[in-house]
Amino acid sequence: MKVGLFIPCYIDQFYPQVAIATLKLLEKVGCKVSYPLQQTCCGQPMANSGFEHLTGGCNENFVRNFANCDYIVSPSGSCTLHIKHHLHSANEEVATGIRSRIYELTEFLTDIVKVNTLDATFPYKVGLHQSCHGQRGLHISQMSELVAPPFSKPVQLLNLVKDLELIQLDRRDECCGFGGTFCVTEEAVSVKMGKDRVADHLRHGVNFITGVDVSCLMHMEGILKRANSNVKVKHIAEILTATI
Amino acid sequence: MNKQLTLDHADAALEFNKNEAKVDWHDETLWFVRTKRDRAVAQIPEWEQLREAASQIKNYGLSNMHDLLIQFEENAIRNGIKIHWAADGDEHNAIILDIIKQAGANRMVKSKSMLTEECHLNQFLTDKRIEVIDSDLGERIVQMRGEPPSHIVLPAIHLTKAEVGETFHEHLGTDKGATDPQYLTEAARQHLRETFLTRKVALTGVNFAIAETGGFVVCTNEGNADMGVHLADVHIAAMGFEKIIPRAEHLSVFLRLLARSATGQPITTFSSHFHRPRPGQEMHIVIVDNGRSRQLGRPDFRNSLKCIRCAACLNTCPVYRRSGGFSYHSAVAGPIGSILAPNLDMKQNADLPFASTLCGSCSNVCPVKIDIHDQLYKWRQVLMKEGYGPGSKTVAMKAMATVLESPRLYRMAGKVGRGVLRFAPITVENGLNPWYTQREMPEPPAESFHDWYVNHKKA
Ligand code: SF4
Repeated sequence: MKVGLFIPCYIDQFYPQVAIATLKLLEKVGCKVSYPLQQTCCGQPMANSGFEHLTGGCNENFVRNFANCDYIVSPSGSCTLHIKHHLHSANEEVATGIRSRIYELTEFLTDIVKVNTLDATFPYKVGLHQSCHGQRGLHISQMSELVAPPFSKPVQLLNLVKDLELIQLDRRDECCGFGGTFCVTEEAVSVKMGKDRVADHLRHGVNFITGVDVSCLMHMEGILKRANSNVKVKHIAEILTATI
Repeated sequence: MNKQLTLDHADAALEFNKNEAKVDWHDETLWFVRTKRDRAVAQIPEWEQLREAASQIKNYGLSNMHDLLIQFEENAIRNGIKIHWAADGDEHNAIILDIIKQAGANRMVKSKSMLTEECHLNQFLTDKRIEVIDSDLGERIVQMRGEPPSHIVLPAIHLTKAEVGETFHEHLGTDKGATDPQYLTEAARQHLRETFLTRKVALTGVNFAIAETGGFVVCTNEGNADMGVHLADVHIAAMGFEKIIPRAEHLSVFLRLLARSATGQPITTFSSHFHRPRPGQEMHIVIVDNGRSRQLGRPDFRNSLKCIRCAACLNTCPVYRRSGGFSYHSAVAGPIGSILAPNLDMKQNADLPFASTLCGSCSNVCPVKIDIHDQLYKWRQVLMKEGYGPGSKTVAMKAMATVLESPRLYRMAGKVGRGVLRFAPITVENGLNPWYTQREMPEPPAESFHDWYVNHKKA
């Protein structure tokens, strides 16, 4: 399985350990992974701000990097969703192909690789933040709004980790308030949402908050650190590759 | 008018957030309603099919609007109802003033109608020396305070019991400091009873208008619409044209969805069916466009006209819960308001589609399956492309695009950015950086993943 690894720009710059864990995890489950070196950003920051018409250059660059992969996998529900819904190109046929072959990491592991064992240990209390774009956009897990049977691909994977205790939140899938440029243009509401989201985890005594989107985790991490909390955030790939 | 109405959403939300305890209260109150809704809908195994049915019926309505409205008009006239057509809010207001004058009245009792809010009817009639009393309890409260409703189903949800007690003390002479809901409600009822008994003209909204029968349905929990119109000589119903449904049998779908989505009740306490005036009574329906045909003509946004005004999207919206209804400076607040308002005025409402994280909860809670968050995204594209964004934002986005579309510039900027954060954090960690005001910046690593990969993997 030839997998192209797509690492969103801010993970590349600020959270390389997440990208390394993702790469390690994919190789561990038997994928042949390549990381196209000329990749940059999916274009979502512009598009969500209403400037999709400026994302042509990012789109073409993305197409140049990933046109030849069987699968494209990314440790980010949000960027994956953006590509899946909004990637276009002068060569629309190639773009359509990419849109249908891109996967968020946990959905790729459960649906394509069908992982059912993992050699990982993480002896802590963990809270899972269901990032909205992954959950409601890619349907990685069932949302609380629908009358439909529950499921969760991230939980399925976390359950394979030894000694990990997953806590239940009071508000199962409330948004953390990151929202791309929303986090600065609507700073007051964004921070309030983040504080409330973090508080739900803290009420249940977590040691770590995890999720499939580093953006949400970065936002919550900023709030935790400002409050001098010793609760840490970790991307799900870091936990799924954790050993002691 | 409330002073907050002049601020854009982010600034108004900042004001609202200055009282964090109040924000918590507002958030929890509405979350409680959302939870009630969840429990109520979970009792209906076929809930998702019901939503789909409602969505399809509404789609049919949007595609056959012209024919259905004509059919409705014919049947209503046959039943003895007078039909008026209003192109916009001004015409709507003028028609209603005319009917009131014809009746020789100078005061009117009104039950809940978001359409009249949209058209600013109360202000218009007050200016013409017609007294209007809102009979929905929540609406009466905000009316006494000189505020617009902050929520389409719970108009006074932004007020605590103490604030209501204060308002009643001032306007109805209740005891100072009283907060007992029983006592306050009783006072309001006595006051409204006098209103009901003495008004010759009563106005209601329309929840559903049935093309097949020429009748319409008004849903209230307090029975105040019935009290008003049953005692009045003239009944005026204000109706946005999208309220039309083809047949009476379709009501069974909507009445099951509406109250459950709105408040978690199985059905609204009063679903009143009006088909013809009673002997000696006059019945008028004012059918209003006010931008609806324009929205109907926009393929990306026409779906917004399926809305049945249940407010489920407001209650679930994490931004609405923490910014309050007034921050949307529009008659209809929340996610649905944010896709309706730009149709009315793109310049004035260009901020609203950005008052969302696009979390998508609204679209999935919506009983008629409006793709609300996708429309928010699409409005952003339209508004920015048409130049309604701040100039500084356009410049910043262009610069960002230039950097991000070039692998070389991107890597250079990344290195510089990380360097700045590592070696001179004070340049970004200051009060002018809205990220840093209440959050720490991420700690920059020495090496990007790209560099790590080149150093480790290639070697
Ligand atoms: S958009 Fe949907 S959820 Fe929101 S008020 Fe309208 S019908 Fe209800």
